[in-house]
Amino acid sequence: MLTKIVRTVSNGFIPIIVIFGLYIIAHGHLTPGGGFQGGAVVVSGVVMLLVAFNSQELKKSLRERILSIMESSGALIFIGLAFAGIGTVFFYNLLVGSSIFGGIPPTGPNIGDIWTGGVIPLMNFAVGLKVIAGLTAVVLAIALFSGGEEVEE
Amino acid sequence: MKRQVTGLVLLLVLVAFIVLGMHLTHPFGYPDASDMDDYMIENSQEETGSNNVVAAVLFDYRGLDTLGEATILFTAVTGVLLLLRLSKRKEKIS
Amino acid sequence: MMEHVPLDFPFIAAALLMGVSLYIIIFKKNLIKLIMGIAMLAAGVNLFLVALGYRAGGGAPIYTGVPKETMVMPVPQALTLTSIVINVAVLALMLTMVIRIYRHTGSLDSEKSRKLKG
Repeated sequence: MLTKIVRTVSNGFIPIIVIFGLYIIAHGHLTPGGGFQGGAVVVSGVVMLLVAFNSQELKKSLRERILSIMESSGALIFIGLAFAGIGTVFFYNLLVGSSIFGGIPPTGPNIGDIWTGGVIPLMNFAVGLKVIAGLTAVVLAIALFSGGEEVEE
Repeated sequence: MKRQVTGLVLLLVLVAFIVLGMHLTHPFGYPDASDMDDYMIENSQEETGSNNVVAAVLFDYRGLDTLGEATILFTAVTGVLLLLRLSKRKEKIS
Repeated sequence: MMEHVPLDFPFIAAALLMGVSLYIIIFKKNLIKLIMGIAMLAAGVNLFLVALGYRAGGGAPIYTGVPKETMVMPVPQALTLTSIVINVAVLALMLTMVIRIYRHTGSLDSEKSRKLKG
């Protein structure tokens, strides 16, 4: 554990970093970014918490079942969206022109509307969920293995 | 000592060979065959409906590569969590 | 000012990265240095892949915002994204194997962990 100043500043910074990472994931079809990049930003915030606090303290907050459920649901949503347009072809973009995310931007450079893109924002969300859960589990496992030596339940 | 000098000479020969090979593909900045990319830049706004051409290429035109990459990420996370298990069997066997 | 480049600078940088990392992989014995060499090789290959799709005087292939005359090719950038994620996954697996080898044999020398007997 580091000193009290570092712990307080980390507690104050972590909502800003998580919101910035979710902003990059959500606007993946308008600005540079997407699922993988936003997931890496959120995981770097978790690593900052791991350095400031002890790894045993973080293990009490992030239970293992929640991470496993998040990663599996991310993978299942991705494959489900790929199979949804199986009538025409595998990976068919079936939401272009419909009501949920279908909107066609005018040709040429424009400002950008968030209700465009078809099935791409939903796929960005699924991939972001998978990257966050997977890399957090890996970083936590390496820190716990090298730190605590006693056997545990 | 002799091994290191031989290594450095071979390194210079290898770097020169790679630079020559890269220059003969095309000079930097003037690619030859770009029909597929021109089609994707023209028609990505009306077929997929997104402003970002790279995201449309990653998730719509070449979605199977992203599926394979998600599988690799899942397999690597499973492998790491399998290798780093804390042993808790010593007290139960003896 | 990047219209006519007489010397291909990104290609020279990528070739230097690949050459130095091959020297490290062949001639060094420490396990952590080997892993650093492999990561440098991945960086050189990604730089080469992005530099292949450059058009002289082009801009980013995104329609939101400032318009440009030409755009660079978008397909090599998508392939580089996939390559970066795969390199991160392989690097994580290599590091956990080095951790287990260190616990088992007690040294980071690649000459001492050659015995196949447990």
